[in-house]
Formats: sequence, structure tokens, C-alpha cells
Amino acid sequence: MSTTRFLIRGAHIGSGAATDILTEGNVITAMGSRLDATGAEVIDAAGLVALPGLVDLHTHLREPGYEQSETVLTGTQAAAIGGFTSVFAMANTNPVADTAGVVEQVLALGDIAGYATVRPIGAVTQGLEGARLAELGAMASSRAQVRVFSDDGKCVSDPLLMRRALEYVKSFNGVIAQHAQEPRLTEGAQMNEGEVSARLGLTGWPAVAEESIIARDVLLAEHVKSRLHVCHLSTAGSVEVIRWAKARGINVTAEVTPHHLLLSEERAETYDARFKVNPPLRRREDVMALREALADGTIDIVATDHAPHPSESKECEWGAASFGMVGLESALSVVQETMVETGLFTWDDVARVLSIAPARIGSLATHGHALAVGAPAEIALVDPNGRQLFSTDRLAGQSHNSPYLGIDLPGRVMWTIHQGYATVFGGILIDADIVSAHAEAVRRG
Amino acid sequence: MRHLLSTAELSRDAAIELLDISEDMAAVSDRENKKLPALRGKTVVNLFFEDSTRTRISFEAAAKRLSADVINFSAKGSSVSKGESLKDTAQTLSAMGADAVVIRHGASGAPAVLAASGWIDAGIINAGDGTHEHPTQALLDAFTMRRRLHGTGSRGKGLDGINVTIVGDIVHSRVARSNVWLLKTLGANVRLVAPATLLPVAVDTWPVTIDYDLDHALAESAPDVIMMLRIQQERMNDAFFPNPREYANVWGLSAARWATLPARSLVMHPGPMNRGLEISSAAADSPQSTVLEQVANGVSVRMATLYTVLTSNREAHV
Repeated sequence: MSTTRFLIRGAHIGSGAATDILTEGNVITAMGSRLDATGAEVIDAAGLVALPGLVDLHTHLREPGYEQSETVLTGTQAAAIGGFTSVFAMANTNPVADTAGVVEQVLALGDIAGYATVRPIGAVTQGLEGARLAELGAMASSRAQVRVFSDDGKCVSDPLLMRRALEYVKSFNGVIAQHAQEPRLTEGAQMNEGEVSARLGLTGWPAVAEESIIARDVLLAEHVKSRLHVCHLSTAGSVEVIRWAKARGINVTAEVTPHHLLLSEERAETYDARFKVNPPLRRREDVMALREALADGTIDIVATDHAPHPSESKECEWGAASFGMVGLESALSVVQETMVETGLFTWDDVARVLSIAPARIGSLATHGHALAVGAPAEIALVDPNGRQLFSTDRLAGQSHNSPYLGIDLPGRVMWTIHQGYATVFGGILIDADIVSAHAEAVRRG
Repeated sequence: MRHLLSTAELSRDAAIELLDISEDMAAVSDRENKKLPALRGKTVVNLFFEDSTRTRISFEAAAKRLSADVINFSAKGSSVSKGESLKDTAQTLSAMGADAVVIRHGASGAPAVLAASGWIDAGIINAGDGTHEHPTQALLDAFTMRRRLHGTGSRGKGLDGINVTIVGDIVHSRVARSNVWLLKTLGANVRLVAPATLLPVAVDTWPVTIDYDLDHALAESAPDVIMMLRIQQERMNDAFFPNPREYANVWGLSAARWATLPARSLVMHPGPMNRGLEISSAAADSPQSTVLEQVANGVSVRMATLYTVLTSNREAHV
């Protein structure tokens, strides 16, 4: 297959001026005006915003083990339609990604599918059981080059084990991504503990169960001089703890999900289990505190916590329903709605929190570079104009458990370019066999 | 009224109308022929995912007195225990032509999910869902209070200015929630008394006054009604309170505490009672105890509820 060339005409580079971008293979070879378009496919990007391909540090691809919810292929298709060119795949598969074999399998599935760079996250503890460390070193030195470790879905609640994990990953510049949830304080928890849970009779998930673990972990990270990443911050109190830790010079980064930036606990009032998620939707004040913290840099990144579930896991009583919502396809629209439309963010800030910073946290050198000559051809082109009711035709993954169905949101990803070839063309997903063939050509050089 | 899911959704007029219809139904129950043809040809399904013989037979008696056909669907020994979903169960009942579904479920919100689902077109009556609500229990409690306080002049009246004290495990109690909303709607003053471990953390947002100390609460104002809630066995060993003896000493309606209350104070209990724990026999067996009236009134209130749900937007014919 010959080298793919794209001439992207008239896109705004983040918040900057409109320009043309020429890609050849996996590299941006020229930017400016009146570029030589010989042999290039021309993309009319007038009115579109060009961002470096988005990077999601927190995705559940479900394969191996839960292919009825999502596969590496369908999950990266959802990523592509959302403008993502790389996803970090969480370890809570079956078998758990706690050995070199499993992470290499997930890596290979991602490479073959070709929609996005898949970086497996390794489990911190064997089987996510919180008892013994998984083979962190073997995963780090495997072909998957794992640098992010997480028991996400479960908290590494044992303080000694957490300390050891933070210390151990220093030898290969790894990071522990903690799902901060004190297990005893959240037994049977169903939603945020507060006025709404009291009224609905649903067992509460108190903010303190998150905040106390974060407070402990930042102090542990300080003590052992290691690197901590806190998954899905959901409360105003968590923001305060992170702000304090950063002021103290502790090496901690934090993420927020799109849903915690937009939705609040009142959504549970109808017992519609699409709004059941862990950590739960919180109060309106928490939503506002999270937006401010993202705007002032206390929170470093937005990560989706894309959590696909089959319909039967959501079409049931709240208590029986699974936690989680899909988020890859809607993330950029939600960030535009909550951060750009509110004036808190420029598009350069969007590029920072959805591409540049997550790639740095995950030690992913091939992604997260500002669009410039010589940068990799990992590009998302978003049409920020217009609003539409979010619907299932915007979903490209296997599961439809989106909380945004029927909600009016701005923006839409029109093109996604990964490794120099298109995965999304005019808002339409490119067929799997075409993408896979491009990916194979790239692998063969 | 298409469904009855929560007392929070009842207006004052709707609540009083339900209580007044319950009076009509109670009058029927006093006749020699206790049966009315009002719901002839209608099918009522009692869908019980939790055991509750008391509530089930109360609804069954209510439906039968209105000449409805009753199907009892118990989760035990049915396909539900083999893992059938609420959705499949509901669609099965719909296919059988259920006109009303009386549902008892361990999960809060299960009746609301059923009512909003589109899986079934029947009227949904919440017969207790998790720790959320038990609206017919609150209605029968209000009916019982109104009758005791206003006698034959009850019709059209609320519970304005009545002081009701509810004591016990509020946080896990669907009875307490339904009572708080309904009593407030009917104009009563509600006081909740419990250790803080058995109150929701956000209870300060409720339209009630709170007291951690039963003696203090009783000394401050003698209640017109004191309602004792059952302490569930599973709370005993989960650090909600040190042990049953301490609970009984501090929050139980002991004979000594009962003796301090004026003769007008009613004592209520949704049953079944733990005698010697939350309530003493002196209180439970006193003339001011309404425990058995509550059971009898339950049938009348459930007749009124079934009648109202099954004849809403349809031709009424009592």
C-alpha cells in the first residue's frame, strides 16, 4: 500500500489560526498555506478545529473475557469515532491483565485492528484481589511496555501493598493509577450519599470514602518519592486534597471523567440505571468544583472511564444494574459543552487535557504532540459548530449504555487520522478491513 | 392515579381522597356481604420478590373483596429464582393480561423502573421496595390515626397539627420514608428519634425535627402518636448500636417510658414487633395500641388503592 498523503485545508490549530496541514505517512511534513497537494487526498477542514489525536488514559475494552460488552476492535472503533488515536486498556478483564501474556495479547489485538494505539494497563495485584503484587516488572519489560498499573474497579486499599507498589514501579518509571474507594465505607453502595440517596433509599457512597484514600495515597507517594495518578476524581473534597498535594510538590496527577463534569446525582431520581456509575454522580457543587479544578490545572486530564455493558445489565432495577457508562464517542462533545462553551477552556486546553497530558502521564511517546511539522500524523478534526441530540447513531462501540442519549450536545468529530491513515472519514467510521490493512502496511514499514 | 409508587407524589387532595375512599371500603368490610363487584374481570398480580405474607394477604383480601381475579407470583420457586430478569417477568405478566401489579421488591426503585419501562401496561402499586417506600403502609397508618382522632367525622380531614414521633431504624425503613412525606402532606408535625447511625446523613433536608434522645423528645412534647419501627436482626451485628440491650434501654418504648405518656397518645407499629426490644408489651397491648387496627385498616386502604389505580382514566362503577 502506498504512503497515504492528506492535505487538510483550512483547519484551526487548536485555538489558533486556520492553516493547511500536509501529512505523509505517519508524519506531518508541512504546515502553512499553498502546500503542494500532489497525490494527496484533500480534506476540506474550513471551520473545523484540528487537535492532536486524543489519548484516553482510562478505557475498558473488556477483551479478553467480556466480549459480549466490547472487544478491542469495537472499543477502538468507539475511540476512533470520538477522535481518539490511543487508548489505555484497563486490566479488569478475564483473565485479568496481570501477566505479560495477557497484556501482550491485548497489545496485539489493538495492533491488528488498527483503529488506535492500544496501551494495556497492568493490574497492580494478582487477579485484582488486593493481596499480592502482580508481575509488574514482567509486564513493564514485555512487548506491551506497560507503564501504567491499576486495579481499577477495585481500590488498592491495603496501605502497605499500595506503598510497595508505588516503590516498585520506580525502577521502570511506572505510575500507579488508583481507583480511590475505601471498601468498608462503600459496602453495598449504590449512589452518592446525601439528600438524594436518603430520599431514594439507595445505599450511599460517601465522598469521604474517596477523599480519605486520596489523602493517604498522596502522603505515601510523597514518602516513597514515587508517582501517583488518581483515577476519576468525583468530589470537591478530592480536588482540595489534590490541590494541597500539588502545592506541596507531591508527584501526583489526577483525572476527571466527562460524566462527572456534566451530570449530577439527581439523574438517579428515576432509577434509570444508565446513570449508575462508580464513582457515582455527585452533587452540582462537586460538578462545578471539578470544572474549576480542570480549568486551573489541579486536575490534569479528562479520561473517559468508557465502561461498556450489555443492555440486560442496565435494563433492570438499580440495585441489580452494573456500574458504568460508555464515554469514548461522547467525550469531546461533553468537554466542549462543559469547558469550552462555558469559557473555561480554549481548544488548546482541550488538546492539553485530552491528548498531550494523558500521553505524558502514560509515557506514550508516539502520541500527544502539538500539531507541528515533524509531529506524528495523529490528528482529530472536530466540527465545533452546531448542536444535536446525542443518539445511538453516534455510538460505534458494541454497547449502548450512554447516559447522553437524548441530551443536546455540541460538536462532532469529522475526521480521525491515526498513523497517517484515516479511521473516521467525514464523520463515518472507515471499514475494519481497510483500517486493518493500513495498520499492517504501517507495521511492515 | 395511574400508579402508586411513592407517597411523595401524592397531593393533599389526592391523599385525602384515597383516605375517604378507604372509609367507603371499610364500611363495606363491616357488612355481612363484604364483596363489591367493582373490579370484576380485572386481574391483579401480587408480584412478591421478597417474602411478606402479611402484606400479600392484605392485598389479596383487598382485591378479592373488589371481585378482581388474583394471581400470586412469588419469586420463591418460580423462574425468578432461576435468574429471570424483572423485564422478562414483567413481560410475562403483561402477556397474561395483568391489569394491576402489586410489587414487593428488595431493590429500591424496582416499581418505578417497572412503571417507566414500557414492558407492561398495567397499573403498578408499590408494596414495599428496598429501603425506599411502602406507600400503602403509610396510607393505612394515616387512616388509622385519622379514625382514632376524628372518629366518624374523619372524611375530608387531614392530620393538621398532629404531633407524630417515629422511633427507630429510619435509614433502612421504607415505612418511615413513606410516612414522613405523607404525614407532612397531611399537615402533621413529624419528629424522628434514633441514634445517628440509624438516620440518613442528609436527614436535615427532610421536613422533620430530629432527636437522638427518646426521653428528651418525649419530655419536650408528648406526641399524639408514637410509631415504633422494627429493628431488623441483620442490624444487630453491624455497629449501628452496641447491642440489643443498650438499644432497648435507650430507644425502646419501655413500660416506664410508656407510663409517662398521656392517655391520648396512640402507639403504632407496622409489625411484626420485637417485644422487649423496640416496644414493651405494656405499650403494645394497651388500649392506645393500634397494631391490630392497622392490620384491619390495611385491607380497606389497599381496596381503595386498587380501585383508584384500576379505574383511573376508565369508567368508574362502584
